[in-house]
Amino acid sequence: MIFTVFVPLLVTLMIPFVNRWKERIHTGWFLLPIPLAIFIYFIQFVGKDFQPFYQSYSWVPSLQMNLDFYLDGFSLLFALLISGIGTLVLLYSIYYLHKSENLGHFYIYLFLFMAAMLGVVLSDNVFALYGFWELTSFSSFLLIGYWHHRERSRYGAQKSMLITVFGGLSLLGGFVTLATITGTTSIQQMIEQKDLIIGHAYFPLILIFVFLGAFTKSAQFPFHIWLPDAMEAPTPVSAYLHSATMVKAGIFLIGKFAPILSGVPSFFIVVSLIGIITLCWGSFMAVRQVDLKGILAYSTISQLGMIMAMFGFGTKVAIFAAVFHILNHATFKGSLFMIAGIVDHETGTRDIRKLGGLMTLMPISTTLAVFGAFSMAGVPLPFLNGFYSKEMFFEATLDFEGATGQLMQLLQTAIPWLAVFGSIFTFVYSMYFFFGTFRGKYKEDELEQKPHEAPWGMLISPIILVVGVITIGLFPKLVNMPLLTHAASTVANTTIEKNIYFWHGFELPLFMSIAVIVFGTVLYLTMKKWVPVYDVFPGRWNFNRVYDFIVDKLEEWSKAVTEFYMTGSVKHYVRNILIAILVVGFSVFWFTEGMTIKTDNLAEVTLPEILVAVTMALAALATIFTKSRIAAILILGVVGYGLSLLFVMYRAPDLALTQLIVETVTVALFLLCFYHLPELKKLDRDPVSRGLNGIVAIAFGAFMALIGISAHSSSWFEPISGYFLENAHDLGGGDNVVNVILVDFRGIDTLMEIAVLGVAALAIYSMIRLRRDKEAK
Amino acid sequence: MLKPNDLILRTTTALIAFILLGFSVYLFLAGHNAPGGGFIGGLMTAAAIVLMYMTYGYATIRKIIPLNFRLLVPVGLLIATLSGVGAFFFDKPFLTQGFDYFDFPFFGKVELATALIFDLGVYFTVVGVTLTIILTIANDRSD
Repeated sequence: MIFTVFVPLLVTLMIPFVNRWKERIHTGWFLLPIPLAIFIYFIQFVGKDFQPFYQSYSWVPSLQMNLDFYLDGFSLLFALLISGIGTLVLLYSIYYLHKSENLGHFYIYLFLFMAAMLGVVLSDNVFALYGFWELTSFSSFLLIGYWHHRERSRYGAQKSMLITVFGGLSLLGGFVTLATITGTTSIQQMIEQKDLIIGHAYFPLILIFVFLGAFTKSAQFPFHIWLPDAMEAPTPVSAYLHSATMVKAGIFLIGKFAPILSGVPSFFIVVSLIGIITLCWGSFMAVRQVDLKGILAYSTISQLGMIMAMFGFGTKVAIFAAVFHILNHATFKGSLFMIAGIVDHETGTRDIRKLGGLMTLMPISTTLAVFGAFSMAGVPLPFLNGFYSKEMFFEATLDFEGATGQLMQLLQTAIPWLAVFGSIFTFVYSMYFFFGTFRGKYKEDELEQKPHEAPWGMLISPIILVVGVITIGLFPKLVNMPLLTHAASTVANTTIEKNIYFWHGFELPLFMSIAVIVFGTVLYLTMKKWVPVYDVFPGRWNFNRVYDFIVDKLEEWSKAVTEFYMTGSVKHYVRNILIAILVVGFSVFWFTEGMTIKTDNLAEVTLPEILVAVTMALAALATIFTKSRIAAILILGVVGYGLSLLFVMYRAPDLALTQLIVETVTVALFLLCFYHLPELKKLDRDPVSRGLNGIVAIAFGAFMALIGISAHSSSWFEPISGYFLENAHDLGGGDNVVNVILVDFRGIDTLMEIAVLGVAALAIYSMIRLRRDKEAK
Repeated sequence: MLKPNDLILRTTTALIAFILLGFSVYLFLAGHNAPGGGFIGGLMTAAAIVLMYMTYGYATIRKIIPLNFRLLVPVGLLIATLSGVGAFFFDKPFLTQGFDYFDFPFFGKVELATALIFDLGVYFTVVGVTLTIILTIANDRSD
């Protein structure tokens, strides 16, 4: 089983070499056998007595991250869809993409995607699943942006990337939480611990995370907005990713985790409600579109909403109908996308306002579109598979088991109505799509090229899909027991067996279907009259605006925030640093109660000390308030000399000497630099800013004073100075303890300090003497 | 520009610089047992030389002391480092200092410490650094 995932990955390495011959043989022909082989491999599992089977490969065993593959009925359905439709799309793309396109890139992206998608549906390990999940987002991003010279493509790719990766990361959060709670990374083992998960305090969190992942990927309301913009991708991509496979990954996720998460009211409420809203909103919005692929995109959104809603219902019939509809939707929507691509290819436009009357010009495409569109609309004909699942959907909306609570009961009443509403609009846009394109007046002037029937190669894939639609429609039993039953049983975690009949008898679902057709026909015929409704209702308040607003504003706000503190002014940075130190320092004082004041170990204060201290304080104040720079330098010297006086008083002759000379040298240096300096100016004239600076300065001084007092008042251990005093003479051979420490006990400090001095001297020399830029001017 | 008559300055400087140089050597040598050492000694020497520059001018002093002070920096650092490396030859850790007392004719009993070599490195570095900085900045008026 592992090779189905890794063969496409390995093939991507081969594609650049094959692509060299693309002028003679289209690259796609070389690659066509691969998905076909995978499809044949998977089809051998289909059968009545299918048993799930499991394979495991070590990857990171210490973190329980392994490539565990588990093929159950539900995965099998998806694997067949991915490889089957993948084959058809590949065939279609051979005729759709011209040799002058960058085929190597296209097929590499496509195979990356195929491998990722197979990985998603086959993985049993949540982390492997997540890895493949992100690879689908990534390869989808590359495919949407395939024509990267177009601005709209880049916009669509970015939008889908942002939204799906947002969901993907939430999903990772959900997976990590699940793995932490259960202690396992295997989905099957998580299902066994279902009660533990549901009872856990973090269960709502898991629900939210998994829902976000599934809803963003499957374009559910309100995350549906990326899908219509993803239509900028080449049509084979839209047919493959955005109708049959990737957008169903979210559905797959909900189905896969339904055995764990369903059975709680919140699951029912959220999934059904979101699904039904998506169904209605998608079908409502689809009627408004003028772009063929736009209609199909909103149609996909709405159909996905329908499937999602049925997973939310969680009854046996609903799950069966959902699984059935996954298959049906993939067949008819894939064919419709391919037909839209053909129309685009042959007429040069996808704008439905310019199209019309193509029926006689493109008879085969028209025939194919009839089946696709009518099946999508759910027209009750015994050879259209869409009708069966639509009928079952109505049936599912009518009976829920054990609805409790007010909200659930309200939903129970509302859902059938909403379902009918959504289906009416589904009918309308299906008719709009078909009749708008192929019937009506042929507008020759508006088309760029003269339309004619597509080449056969392009038609093969939609023909096969339509044949699938009809076959399932005529003989639903062919797929029921061998495939659908196993898939539905996996999701429900019990055995589901259901027979598919065309004729149900005169029951409520039938009347709902009839109502859909009657109202749908009326609405379609009167469409011109009520279309202005769209200018009012979603009007300005559609969700693209919300997305654009968020993206724009995020940039603006983060710019504003950054500009707020990254002012480029060193003064502001210093102030911010000091404020941060103050906040941290005072909180440490506060929370550790580290402030201590002891007065019993203080020495006596003598008059000379007071005099020197007062002089220094006055000089320091004068430095701040003086107007002239030269005065400031000289008064600062007073502080320095005062300090050296204090050193003398406290019996530190070496320090006093050094301080005296260093102070002299620095004052001299300041005076030398004075030549280069501009006039002293008060740069900060703003009184608020100056006041703030003053407060920060005073607070910082107070803070340092408090630290000094506190440090002096607390003695944690014996000072080391005793050792130096005792041993300076015997070990160091000197009586000047300071000097012995400097050159002997701690010589390495001194060595490094003179190295610092040397570097400083060289830096000053090079700064002044080697000013290249100045010489250049 | 009118050259001022600075006879008194020149005369006193000749004397004072001499005393300063002598005092700096004293500070340097006395460091181990009395206040002083390589750092203060170096600064004092530099002060003396700066005084001479101020009095006699840059060109004159360049002629009398034809020494590139920048070179003193690496020389001092080298001496200090090598004095530490020397400890390796006696199987001791880096920068281990030793001392002993020797009897010299005429001087009597004198203590000689390897720390003095290290201090000499400090001394040279400080002289080099100080003079490099001051002379570089002071001569940067041509632009």
